Amino acid sequence: MTYEVYVNVLPLKGLLDPQGKTVHQGLNKIGLSQVADVRVGKRIVMHIDANSEEEAKSIAEDACKKVLVNPVMEGYEIEVAQNA
Amino acid sequence: MKFGVVIFPGSNCDHDLIHVLEQVGGQPVEELWHKDTDLKGCTHIFLPGGFSYGDYLRSGAIAKLSPIMESVIAHANQGGFVMGICNGFQILCESGLLPGALLRNEKQLFICDNVYLKCENTNTAVTHLLSSDKAYKIPIAHAEGRYFADDATLEKLKANKQIIFSYCDANGIVDEASNPNGSKMNIAGVCNEGFNVFGMMPHPERAASADLFNEDGLAFFQALLTEVSA
Repeated sequence: MTYEVYVNVLPLKGLLDPQGKTVHQGLNKIGLSQVADVRVGKRIVMHIDANSEEEAKSIAEDACKKVLVNPVMEGYEIEVAQNA
Repeated sequence: MKFGVVIFPGSNCDHDLIHVLEQVGGQPVEELWHKDTDLKGCTHIFLPGGFSYGDYLRSGAIAKLSPIMESVIAHANQGGFVMGICNGFQILCESGLLPGALLRNEKQLFICDNVYLKCENTNTAVTHLLSSDKAYKIPIAHAEGRYFADDATLEKLKANKQIIFSYCDANGIVDEASNPNGSKMNIAGVCNEGFNVFGMMPHPERAASADLFNEDGLAFFQALLTEVSA
């Protein structure tokens, strides 16, 4: 079965995120003063062939640890959607 | 002693580095293609600046998966000399050969400028001809050069004297004003615990020729020809 798996990658919370800061200032400038904080990351979409949702997640976890995410600077969450 | 420069798709400082190493070493420098695994008997491996694999995913993240990097990592783990400049430094951090990571510059801009470096440890293979009293004028050219590591790692680097270069001003003063990119502790270059793997964001190879009106970077490479006299 093929699962669609999303990996959401964000800069670690304690880290200065200049991109997020700049976007935040921009949003405040157009009057959206309610926006209190912005962080910018990326979303990676994979189609993974696996026998179960757990297996798909564990393959994605492996991909994150080995390549997709650098734990020194980034955190991540994995979401598995139903069949791709 | 034999120098080799790894060439990744997107490397663009490889020939500057080869030119300087040939001048300094007085012998041909091996070009090591990223798809090969043979280090061709090189004792000193250099990872040049540039934008390997277009900086896709993160700077250096894809280059670390190249076939040649398996051999470079094995060479480093056996105590062999490896030095990464700019993108090469990013690749070494991504490969786990050096601690920390290089983040987007604090002000989001690509910075191409001459900066000054203070040598914080003059007792390594790269720095033993340098003086801790001089401010070395060396150019930087990067968008992702903000050195970051957690506090425990930074403390350890400091205690072990693994911080080899800090950004300073023309008088050698290391402070916030002389930090071009927001690096932790003004760090411009570090080495590993074994003192055989070196990484730095500034480009000494672009400052090693009278034709370029700057020879401050020459001693960084000349140092490799002689033993550290501890």
